[in-house]
Amino acid sequence: MKKEFEVISQIIQNNKRVLDIGCGDGTLMEYLKVNQQNDVRGLEPEKDLVQKCISRGLSVIEGDAEKELVQFPKKSFDYVVLSQTLQAFLHPEEVLDQLLRIGRQTIVSIPNFGYWKVRLHLLFKGTMPITKNLPNEWYNTPNLHMCTIQDFVNFCNKKNIKIDKSMCLTNEKISQITKVNMQYKNIFSQLGIFLIQ
Amino acid sequence: MNSDTKNIKKLNIDQSLELDCGKIIKNFPLAYETYGTLNKSKSNAILVFHALTGDQFVTNINPITKREGWWTIVVGPGKAIDTNKYFVVCANVLGGCMGSYGPKEINPETNKLFGTTFPVITIRDMVKAQKYLLDHLGLKKLLAVTGGSMGGMQVLQFVSLYPDMAHSAIPIACSASHSAQNIALNELGRQAIMGDPNWKKENATPDKGLAIARMAAHITYLSKKGLQEKFGRKLQDKGSLKFSFDADFQIESYLRYQGATFVDRFDANSYLYITRAMDYFDLVKQFSGNLSLAFKNTKSKFCVISFSSDWLYPTIENKEIVIALNACGANVGFVEINSDKGHDSFLLDVPEFLKTISEFLNSTYNEINNEKRI
Repeated sequence: MKKEFEVISQIIQNNKRVLDIGCGDGTLMEYLKVNQQNDVRGLEPEKDLVQKCISRGLSVIEGDAEKELVQFPKKSFDYVVLSQTLQAFLHPEEVLDQLLRIGRQTIVSIPNFGYWKVRLHLLFKGTMPITKNLPNEWYNTPNLHMCTIQDFVNFCNKKNIKIDKSMCLTNEKISQITKVNMQYKNIFSQLGIFLIQ
Repeated sequence: MNSDTKNIKKLNIDQSLELDCGKIIKNFPLAYETYGTLNKSKSNAILVFHALTGDQFVTNINPITKREGWWTIVVGPGKAIDTNKYFVVCANVLGGCMGSYGPKEINPETNKLFGTTFPVITIRDMVKAQKYLLDHLGLKKLLAVTGGSMGGMQVLQFVSLYPDMAHSAIPIACSASHSAQNIALNELGRQAIMGDPNWKKENATPDKGLAIARMAAHITYLSKKGLQEKFGRKLQDKGSLKFSFDADFQIESYLRYQGATFVDRFDANSYLYITRAMDYFDLVKQFSGNLSLAFKNTKSKFCVISFSSDWLYPTIENKEIVIALNACGANVGFVEINSDKGHDSFLLDVPEFLKTISEFLNSTYNEINNEKRI
C-alpha cells in the first residue's frame, strides 16, 4: 500500500464509518476494513474498478462524486476520504462542501503544485509541468483545478473550514505542516494531506 | 398448454394468508425446486425469485417444457451461482402457472378452473407465500436473495418484510415502483389477451392474444441497437420483399416464433395476474413516499445491478433504490453493466454481469464463514 494510504489509515480510528470517494480498486478500503474494522463504503466512476471492489467484497457504488454525493445524509460517515481527486472535479468547491456535510471529518489529499520541481519545470522549460505525481500533458490531464498546499490552506481559512491536521509527503517521508514551516513545505512537499471539518 | 404439473415438488401451505386485496387463502400449493445441497451450517442457501414468465425451474432441463431452465446461464455447477457450492431454492410465484396456486388451478369450491375468479395478487403476497416455503425448508437465514425484473421487485419486498433473513440481496434490473411506461406496456399485453374472442371461453384459450402480448413484451426486453445488430432489415428466407403481410423480415418471423412458442408454456390468465401484480408494485407508496423506510431495518448487504441498454427498468430506476439504501445507511454497492442486450441482459451470457454476481456471492460467503470461525 502506498505511503499516502498508510498516513490516511493512521488518521482514521478503528470501528468508524468511512466513505472513500474515488476509491479506485479498493486498496485503502480493504485495508481499513480488514485491519481497522472500519465500516467502509466507496464511490468510484470507473466500472471495471467498481467490479474489482465488488469482487473484494467491498460495497462500492458506481458514480460520479459531483452528482452522487447529495444522496448521502448529513454526517452519515465519521470520515470521508478524497485522495488526490479534488483537483479533477469541475466544481471542487461544491464537492468539498458535500464532503464536509456528509462526514464528521474529511480527509483530503492534494498533489502540491507548489513543489519545487513543478515550479522549476514551468520556470525553465516554460511548459506545463510533468512530474511523477502529475504525469499527464496539459491537453489530456484530468486535473482541472491544480493548487498548492498554501492555496488549499488559504481556501480553508477563507471558508472557515477547521484544519485539524495538516501533513505532507516528500519522497515517502511524512512530516507536519505548521505555520512556521509552511513556506518551506509548500516548496519541498509533493503531497499535502489534511484532516478538516 | 401442457398441464402435467402433478409430478413436480409442491408444498401445500395449510396456514392462511391474507392477501393485499383483503381475501384470505388457505390450503394452497406452492410449487418449487431446489438445486445443490444445503450445508450443515445452513449458510449456503440462495432464494431466487423468477420474473414474469419464469418458473421454479431455474436451471437444467425444465421437466414440463423440456427446455433449458430460464437462468441456466447463471445457475448451475461451476456457474456464477454455483450449485456445487450453494443451495438454490426457487418457487413458482403465487398466480403462476407451473403448479403454484393460480388461475390455472381448480377452485375446490366450484370444482372449476379459477380463471379470472382468482383473487388479484401482489408482489407482497407472492413474497409472503414464499416465506412459508423457507420455513418448511428450515431456512432461517439465507446467504442471498436475488432475481431480475419482477424477481428483483420480490428481492426488494423480501428484504423490506424480513430485514434479518438475508445476508445479502442482489436486485437486478428492477424498480421499487412500477413506472407509467411499464404499466402501459403491461396493459397493452392484457388488452391483447382480453380482446381475443377465446378469452374466458370454456375449452378454448386466447392463444392469439397471449402471443401478441408476448411479442409486444419481447420487444421491450431488447434494445434498439441489439435488434438492429441481430436483425437489421434482413429478410426471412427470401431474396426480396413479397408485397404481402407475411413475415418478410427476420424480426417479424422471430417475434411470431416467440409468440407461438410462448402460448405452449404459459397461461393467459396467469399473464394477466402477474402483470397486474407488477403494476401494483410500489414500495415507495408502501412506505408513505419514503423508500428509505422500506430498508430502515435491513441487515443485508446489497449489490444492485442494472444494464446500460435496459430501457424497461433503466439504470436511473435502479439507482433510486441505491439512493434510498444510502439514505438509511445500508450497506450497498451498485454497478451498471455495459450491454447492448437490453433488459434481457440478466438472462444472457454477459460476462461482466456473471463475474459480478459470482464474486459478490463468493465474498459474502467467505465473510460469513470467516465470522463463524472466529
